[in-house]
Amino acid sequence: MERKTPLYDRHEAAGGKIVPFAGWLLPVQYTGIIAEHMAVRTACGLFDVSHMGELELNGSDSLANINRLLTNDFSGMYVGQARYSPMCYESGGVVDDLIVYKLSDTRYFIVVNAANKDKDRDWIMAHLYGDCVLTDRSDEFAQIALQGPKAEEILRRISDDIPAKYYSAVPEGKAAGKACLISRTGYTGEDGFELYCAAEDAADLWDALLEAGRADGLIPCGLGARDTLRLEAAMPLYGHELSDSINPYEANLGMFVKPEKPDFIGKAALEKARPVTRRRVGLEVTGRGIAREGCPVYDGDRQVGLVTSGTHCPYLGKAVALALVEVSCAEVGKQVILDIRGKRVEAKVIPLPFYKRSQKKD
Amino acid sequence: MNIPAELRYSRTHEWVKMEDGVAVIGLTDHAQSQLGDLVFVNLPAVGDEVFAEEAMGDVESVKAVSDINSPVGGVVSAVNEELEDSPQLINEKPYEAWLVKVENPTGVEELLTAQEYETLIAAEQE
Repeated sequence: MERKTPLYDRHEAAGGKIVPFAGWLLPVQYTGIIAEHMAVRTACGLFDVSHMGELELNGSDSLANINRLLTNDFSGMYVGQARYSPMCYESGGVVDDLIVYKLSDTRYFIVVNAANKDKDRDWIMAHLYGDCVLTDRSDEFAQIALQGPKAEEILRRISDDIPAKYYSAVPEGKAAGKACLISRTGYTGEDGFELYCAAEDAADLWDALLEAGRADGLIPCGLGARDTLRLEAAMPLYGHELSDSINPYEANLGMFVKPEKPDFIGKAALEKARPVTRRRVGLEVTGRGIAREGCPVYDGDRQVGLVTSGTHCPYLGKAVALALVEVSCAEVGKQVILDIRGKRVEAKVIPLPFYKRSQKKD
Repeated sequence: MNIPAELRYSRTHEWVKMEDGVAVIGLTDHAQSQLGDLVFVNLPAVGDEVFAEEAMGDVESVKAVSDINSPVGGVVSAVNEELEDSPQLINEKPYEAWLVKVENPTGVEELLTAQEYETLIAAEQE
């Protein structure tokens, strides 16, 4: 039985096409995936991401626990700073990828994928030690993402608490009179914010944001555009680019693994995992077709990998894919063949990310 | 939902217009609205034989691939090349953006009337 977020009624009223996702009922689109995708790239889009999980760690050993559970190094953060990290099994495979916010020296706020929330909570609980308590606060929070070049301008109309730096937050901010953690993060490749508010304040905050951004072209956007945007920006999605059988090095996330840390779960396995034999690349489909998840990748007649995510990207106007391939086929420029439903279609390895906001076309 | 009275329909949401013994085939307004933004179309070639109620190609939206079934049997006599570069025409003008034309079509009598198609869609919504 799927659950509704606090914004369900808003989605229905706005004509959202509701679908089940990770145990929740959410809109896959309102006006259309392409229109919503382009709105985020050119103006601004509003997303209900309340399905994400929020876990909190409290206690003097919180930092020690986080550094043991996660591959990145979380020491030296200022209050309000955020860092991204994979969380690994002893094998080096990934439990989930997540973002940690420092709220104080003894309080850390962790945001996890909706589909993995229970698994992550159980995993963390099983490994906690010392003076540290985990609280699952997912049901207390709603989360709204405001993403696009106009995001800051729009947010300023209802809030003075604008985090200045990417990957930083104002933990006790206010927007439209509602208390919220306002974070300068996102999953679209654009400038933007993620606002964490009390579930009961979500509808009012959603309305206030839509009203504040209406004249700038702010529209609500669904899961469909969320996926095309993150794929265009080459951002990984757990279960596709990362999984229990794909380690962070294979996923090109080595910069979030700190082997110089004294110890963390998966450290020994990850040390032995390098050099990797396969890794994530970006592909552009040069022939006719759209490559999708699961599509085999060939070098001549030999299969060398698989597509992990792929679609037609609205802003770029072409079919691109993320794939996991043997390192011999991972150099930019390498021509490969994709098997798209029985047809051999040409593709080539191109640099990532596919889209970068500093290089916008006019 | 737009369901022109003069056309005939298949159970899988294709429309058929008879023009001098040739069946002109497209996707209905209901179909394009269910599929979402179309970004790619795979059509048969002129000269290919098609069979009633069997797949003859597919359309791709951002999210998924869906078969196009031929509503009739026969041989493809024309393919709408405009759709190769502009598949979104199917979303914009579903009854103008024809996909293929089939000559000497069979199975036309089995097609649904506009009324019957409307009933079909209503039943599917439940």
